[in-house]
Amino acid sequence: MRRETLLNLVIALALLAVPLAAQALDEPFAITLATKVAILALAGVGLNIALGLGGMVSLGHAAFFGIGGYMMAVLATPVQAYEPLMTWPIELAGTKSMPLIWLGAVVAGAVGALAIGALSLRTSGVYFIMITLAFGQMLYYFAISWPAYGGEDGIAIYVRNGFPGLNTLDPLHFFALAYAVLLAALWLAHRLGGSPFGLALAGARQAPARVAALGIRPYRLKLAAFVLSGAVTALAGALYADLNRFVSPSMLSWHTSGEIMVLVILGGVGRLFGPVAGAALFILLEHFLGGISEYWQLFLGLILLGIVLFARGGLIGTLAGREVPHD
Amino acid sequence: MSAMLLIEQALNGLQYGVMLFLMAAGLTLVFGVMGLINLAHGSLYMVGAFACAGVAAVTGNFWLGLAASLAAAAAAGAIVELTVIRRLYARDHLDQVLATFALILVFSEGTRWLFGSFPLYLDIPAALAGPITLPGGIEYPLYRLVLIGIGLAVAAGLFWLIGATRLGVRIRAGEADREMIAALGVDISRLYTIVFALGAALAGLAGALVGALQSVQVGMGEPVLILAFVVIVIGGIGSIKGALVGAILVGLTDTLGRFLLPVAFGTFLPPSEATSIGAALASMLIYILMAGVLVIRPGGLFGRA
Repeated sequence: MRRETLLNLVIALALLAVPLAAQALDEPFAITLATKVAILALAGVGLNIALGLGGMVSLGHAAFFGIGGYMMAVLATPVQAYEPLMTWPIELAGTKSMPLIWLGAVVAGAVGALAIGALSLRTSGVYFIMITLAFGQMLYYFAISWPAYGGEDGIAIYVRNGFPGLNTLDPLHFFALAYAVLLAALWLAHRLGGSPFGLALAGARQAPARVAALGIRPYRLKLAAFVLSGAVTALAGALYADLNRFVSPSMLSWHTSGEIMVLVILGGVGRLFGPVAGAALFILLEHFLGGISEYWQLFLGLILLGIVLFARGGLIGTLAGREVPHD
Repeated sequence: MSAMLLIEQALNGLQYGVMLFLMAAGLTLVFGVMGLINLAHGSLYMVGAFACAGVAAVTGNFWLGLAASLAAAAAAGAIVELTVIRRLYARDHLDQVLATFALILVFSEGTRWLFGSFPLYLDIPAALAGPITLPGGIEYPLYRLVLIGIGLAVAAGLFWLIGATRLGVRIRAGEADREMIAALGVDISRLYTIVFALGAALAGLAGALVGALQSVQVGMGEPVLILAFVVIVIGGIGSIKGALVGAILVGLTDTLGRFLLPVAFGTFLPPSEATSIGAALASMLIYILMAGVLVIRPGGLFGRA
């Protein structure tokens, strides 16, 4: 077994073991932390499809994270208020069912990523970074100035949405859901990396001219990857909104984009379990540094600076060595 | 709606635009010469504002504060360049984004540590407080008019610096071919530090000048930073002229959009709806402008691509 595969297995089991142990020790807060790790890791897996596989440095993924979150609010608030979602052109009720909300989030995230990606991918490099950042910020300001869903204050969903057969208000049940979704997304990302699509995408990242010479248009390939990436991140957003039972424009703020990117880098760009390791490290840092000092982000910044300057490859890169070429 | 109000709003837009130019000019210079994307540029804006507010509070003199803001931002820029940024020139954009994002965290939390979370207030100097009557009988705040003047003067100075001085020749040569000018005996790393400190000083100046209109607080630089990115995308990366045109375009579009859109919607919608729809659309207007420019000219109005 390759060293990285072994390490991935250890990470996956550790993330599962923490909430189980916490349940045995009656520490529900640790379960919530582990759920947060799983959900942020899911957002990171989404970003990693664009960043790691496609080489697209998107600094606007908070847009999709927030779209997912707001989609949850859009679908669940009508039920909360005993009103229909819309009456025209067809009468449609809201829903408190997670599978339907997830579907809505994924579709909305994909549509958002298609619109933003189609424009942003006309450029590359540093333009792409600035433009994704700007479009993310556009949605942020829109959410602040649009009063229907609470504007700047955000909106609370009082009861967590349901999943058939599970009691989602039980922290362990909700963790199991988030964990299962994370594993499914990891499996998808893994299959994607080895698929013809993934290989062509890697080619488009490394040598766009050659890929174009082979008759493949890098633009379409990258756009498809960007849409998939946005959809996965939107799913994470819907789960995150359910975890907090609260949605606010801060989900859309560019700090969120930065944090999702930071956790991917902390773990290791382009590594399958990079986002999981990174999210775990990020939450641990937040929890423990936050306990020591109110100004914990100062230390986070210094640590991050140290990693970028001196420890390239992130946690997985440090522990498992350089990426092994595919067989 | 009167024509006077419209002119006043247009002047506000112009003032906003020239301040954005001060931010965007530094960013675009640093990108053009060193190929570096610097997210921490907004932090230098904040450093300038805090230095000005701090010195002005102690000495009671706004102009001393303004000098301090230039010095503090330039010094912070030089220190950051020597310790961190210098190691990033050879790295890819991803590393640059992360390292400068980390710098934002350090700057923001460091400032919060030093000054606390409460906003500071910076008073407009007494000589410039109050309105002035423009030809046509328009009353307009003198301070904002001075900001427009300072911004345009700095822009002219920058064009002169880049176009007509030895340093400017080196900067342009650095943009064109950095290996070649190093081979010709120009101390390239010193040039980089100077350019970075110059950009930082411009950001610090903007922060101090705008700080007197708004409150001086942690995180004030970030919205401006992102708008400066929009400006650069519209104007074309590396072009000072593009930054000036883009900045004024963004300033005018944003200010006039916020003023005119609710009025325009009000002609066919009830007032409360018109206000909320108009405001929501106005907040997105500059990004729509950016998207439009991207569709027509992906390299920006004055870009080389």
